[in-house]
Amino acid sequence: MQKGIIKLKNSPSIVSFAAIGGLKEGEGPLGPQFDSIDQSNRFGENTWEKSEAQMQKIALSTALSKKEYAAHDIDALFAGDLMNQCTSSAYGLLSFDVPFFGLYGACSTAIEGTILASLLLDTGHFSRTAVVSSSHYYASERQFRYPIEYGGQRAPTAQWTVTGSGAFILENSGRGVKVTEVMPGRSIDKGITDINNMGAAMAPAAIDTLTRYFANSDKNPDDFDLIATGDLGYEGYKIVKDFMRDYGFDSQTKYNDCGLMIFDRDTQDVHAGGSGCGCSATVLAAHILPEIQRGNLNHVLILGTGALMSPESILQGESIPGIAHLIHLERE
Amino acid sequence: MNMSNEQYKKYAKQKAEKSPLLKDCIKAFLIGGLICLIAQGFFVLYQTLNIKEEDARLLTSCTIIFITAWLTGIGIFDKIGKHAGAGTIVPITGFANSVVSEAIDAKAEGWVLGIGAQMFTIAGPVILYGTASGMLYGIIYFFMTM
Amino acid sequence: MFLDFFWAFIIGGILCVIAQILIDKTNLTPARILVAYVCAGVFLTAVGLYQPLVDLAGSGATTPLSGFGYSIAKGIQKAISEKGAIGILTGGLSATSAGITLSIVMGLLMALFFKSKSK
Repeated sequence: MQKGIIKLKNSPSIVSFAAIGGLKEGEGPLGPQFDSIDQSNRFGENTWEKSEAQMQKIALSTALSKKEYAAHDIDALFAGDLMNQCTSSAYGLLSFDVPFFGLYGACSTAIEGTILASLLLDTGHFSRTAVVSSSHYYASERQFRYPIEYGGQRAPTAQWTVTGSGAFILENSGRGVKVTEVMPGRSIDKGITDINNMGAAMAPAAIDTLTRYFANSDKNPDDFDLIATGDLGYEGYKIVKDFMRDYGFDSQTKYNDCGLMIFDRDTQDVHAGGSGCGCSATVLAAHILPEIQRGNLNHVLILGTGALMSPESILQGESIPGIAHLIHLERE
Repeated sequence: MNMSNEQYKKYAKQKAEKSPLLKDCIKAFLIGGLICLIAQGFFVLYQTLNIKEEDARLLTSCTIIFITAWLTGIGIFDKIGKHAGAGTIVPITGFANSVVSEAIDAKAEGWVLGIGAQMFTIAGPVILYGTASGMLYGIIYFFMTM
Repeated sequence: MFLDFFWAFIIGGILCVIAQILIDKTNLTPARILVAYVCAGVFLTAVGLYQPLVDLAGSGATTPLSGFGYSIAKGIQKAISEKGAIGILTGGLSATSAGITLSIVMGLLMALFFKSKSK
């Protein structure tokens, strides 16, 4: 271990993945790259919470079927979402009958899960694991903001929760996109209390992880074809660019944010961009991983960003801690 | 990050995209004004039907509540509210919409603790503090007029 | 008549603009705005400032939530003068009972008929 950076000796690979999305995600720039889109956002269920659970089920089934794996081929599942007590994952993945770790890293869950899954593969405890995460706009609105039919106005700094789920199958041997380094984030709280500006609340954590990484790694930003944060949106993106100026983030175009990639802010009325566990998970599965496979990207840094608050902590006036977990993906 | 929490909060606030105040205010003014204008129309209508003033006012509010409830149910109200901002929140439309939208959403949690309890999430505080401040005024008024 | 409509529009609009400025400038949530308006309505009626506004603007002053506070205060005045001390307890809710009753019953009915839509 080198100052928080963990180099994976056996470089586990992401051998299969799938992205499932809702209507707005389908209409977005990455829409055609999703494995499936449900225009109704319901996925055949009658409550939004069940729709989200169903999305995880479809995502994992799709990822499994691409390699013709059955559920019992998986040694362990790492999954999480935004809903209270991670019910979308627990209920959605119930039918798979596989050892299950429920995670809560807010919107960083897909990356947090990938880190844990890779580490356990690297140590040889498991030989094949799956990571799943999801978020659903309508379920999240209900839990964190207002009812769906409530006629309120959103602040320009607010983000739009992605309706989507991403699933990833990782193996310790096998062909795929390599996870070569991981770096767990530290939770950082810089005192932001505005629930409508989560980008600003999470940006310090992303900056912390990025500076720690580049200070301790032999790599510099130029070695990467893409550096992507999970869901900082436009607000957090601006702040990261500003603070990472010394590393050339302000001038280079290879820094991007999944929340800006998944929606078109000019036409889709999403204000500061996408957010949620589904944001980094679907952008990764629909866009970044295929681009690496096609050879258009060779080295990619992904930072899973998350805001670790709850509706109660916000009402109690607590500020919002952020977290950013890092993985280094490499073309085989 | 070499910045104190206070410094960072100030920095983030200054960096954040601002609400378009003028545009928001114009829309709130026009839509809020229009709702009151429509209400006035119903009030005049009820008065021409020989309903006495006090009852006509009540009926007017009820008419607006009734329309809002339906617009919320069929999924149109939130699209107006998105533009109107305070223009639909401040009139009685905002109160009715908060009750109905909470009720519709809470159906999944059942009729008693779902709809029954959650419809008061926003309306409850309004009724509570309205009634409480009214009672305080009542006590003062009572002793003043004794 | 025309002037009544004119003032209803202007005063109703201005009351909304004040709240809009508060929302945009202070991050006050809509629930807090509504509570503030009701309490302000009670207070302004108590000190005698809201009645002139109602006389001028009619529905422009009674439709915003401050008008809800106005109804509460007026109801209390009326109940106390008719029934004495018990009016302190009965006046507020009796005057606003129609609006509250219709809102919650409509809430129940709409929940029966509709479910939240996918946008």
